[in-house]
Amino acid sequence: MIGNTCLMMSRIIWRNRYIILRRTVQIGLLVLFGGANWWGWKFLMGNYSSAYVFETFYLADPHAVLQTFAAGFVMSTDAIVGGIIVLLFYALIAGRSFCSWVCPVNMITDLATYLRKKWKITSKENFFSISRKTRYWVLGLGIVLSPIVGVAAFEIINPITLLHRGIIFGFGMGWAVIIALFLFDLLVVEYGWCGHLCPLGAFYSATSRFALIKVKHDVNKCSMCMKCFGVCHEEQVLHIVGKHSGFIKNECSNCGRCIEVCEDNALKFSIYNTKI
Amino acid sequence: MADTQNMNSRRDALKTMFRGAGLLGLGGAAWGSAAIRLKASELTLRPPAAIKEELFVKACIRCGTCVEACPYDTLQLATLDDHTAMGTPFFKPRLIPCYMCTDVPCVPVCPSGALDLKNIAKQIDGVQTEKPDINKAKMGVAMLDQEACLAYWGIQCDACYRACPLLGEAITLEFKRNERTGKHAFLKPVVHRDVCTGCGLCEHACVTEKAAIFVLPRTVATGRVGAHYIKGWDEADEERLKNMKEAQTKKSSPEDELNDWEYLLDDE
Ligand code: SF4
Ligand code: SF4
Ligand code: SF4
Ligand code: SF4
Repeated sequence: MIGNTCLMMSRIIWRNRYIILRRTVQIGLLVLFGGANWWGWKFLMGNYSSAYVFETFYLADPHAVLQTFAAGFVMSTDAIVGGIIVLLFYALIAGRSFCSWVCPVNMITDLATYLRKKWKITSKENFFSISRKTRYWVLGLGIVLSPIVGVAAFEIINPITLLHRGIIFGFGMGWAVIIALFLFDLLVVEYGWCGHLCPLGAFYSATSRFALIKVKHDVNKCSMCMKCFGVCHEEQVLHIVGKHSGFIKNECSNCGRCIEVCEDNALKFSIYNTKI
Repeated sequence: MADTQNMNSRRDALKTMFRGAGLLGLGGAAWGSAAIRLKASELTLRPPAAIKEELFVKACIRCGTCVEACPYDTLQLATLDDHTAMGTPFFKPRLIPCYMCTDVPCVPVCPSGALDLKNIAKQIDGVQTEKPDINKAKMGVAMLDQEACLAYWGIQCDACYRACPLLGEAITLEFKRNERTGKHAFLKPVVHRDVCTGCGLCEHACVTEKAAIFVLPRTVATGRVGAHYIKGWDEADEERLKNMKEAQTKKSSPEDELNDWEYLLDDE
């Protein structure tokens, strides 16, 4: 009996291993950042716009540095180097992992998606539909607007840093924005923010084409159950599934949901090479 | 037949393109005007050594490292309802003033260049060093409302004078005979804007219900005479007349005023 429960528990954990890991990383980082403000820890000061690590070097959001540059201000070397480190990390190694392993908004939008599925909320076709490519236009528009308005255009309305700052430094009325974003994903468009609008997700998608860590599909093992399509928040990236083997590219955020639900072991994390 | 189909699809494509362009323009206009409104922050007091406001809102990456470095919780990051660019640091002296730490921990940690040590660099024998000199900070300037100041009523109060870290320099007391009583004196606090750092300790200390002395950003609180007025009684200023070129005698345009920020740092 007890053995059975244990077995079940471990199966549940195994089937959610990446979610558990991701939440651990996301919340862990929040605690480290929060600790700096609440208890004076010195591991990670600042926030996702720029972080001061172990009081020795800086990391910075490359998208923010880029917008600031477009707005006509060249940041100090600290921020520029910090931005390059982060950019290289995602572009060469981790892919769009920021979105599902780091970004705090991901927890909000995942919750919205979960409830949307649970309560079977579907918005009528054409009631309000947006293209998944919109985010690239938002990304471009943000860069073009920055010099016109004389300030990093996305940063001044950025709900991601608003949420992160809110958790660490206090929200003010910022709550309203986050609730609006949650409701948008829950009621209006499925995967609305992260899958359609967010320019930061677009930024990392566009720059991480050759990142090493990617999900690999083995068509020989695939039984075409299509479960991965049901959980992926960027299902268009799975177009090769069941057709041919290869790596999942573009907007895939390395969340690992597809790997967890695949009972045939046809999907797994792997190191990218161009030969396949 | 094929031709009309072609025409139709081309017309459709054109339609989609126009609709896309329209949406893009609309979105851009809305976003742009929101951004311009959201960055407006004329009445905000920034941390020490901040570069001028216009550049500051561009430069600051909104990381809050300065906020965390401040041991007094003086600095806060603006939220949506703070009437200044969201996520940028500022302080409200009536709540918590800047205590003018001699090591100025908030400045060197800034990664972006929004807070620039150069603006408060210590001079030793006329040479600029890497060390900070908090007395050179120009966060703002204290303004005094004489109508609300008890000392100007003739009641004894020198709370602001005593609170000032630059006591006797940034605020001095002016003695005046109180004609009303005939036997008392006024001890009127007077702010000297060339010395005042804008730390707000005076505003914090002021005993009136709403502070009679309060800090405003320098750009808001200061006027400027213009180069063509000469202090005839001041030899150094007389010198200036000799060196002045004609071009300098015209009134400066509003643009000049915006571009010229040196006077914020070294007010004579
Ligand atoms: S798409 Fe944007 S909001 Fe969503 S997880 Fe990625 S960065 Fe965060
Ligand atoms: S393909 Fe898999 S790992 Fe990539 S986003 Fe979709 S579910 Fe996540
Ligand atoms: S000088 Fe000290 S008190 Fe003033 S803002 Fe900086 S850290 Fe805070
Ligand atoms: S440390 Fe610099 S970049 Fe960061 S919030 Fe303060 S002023 Fe802005």
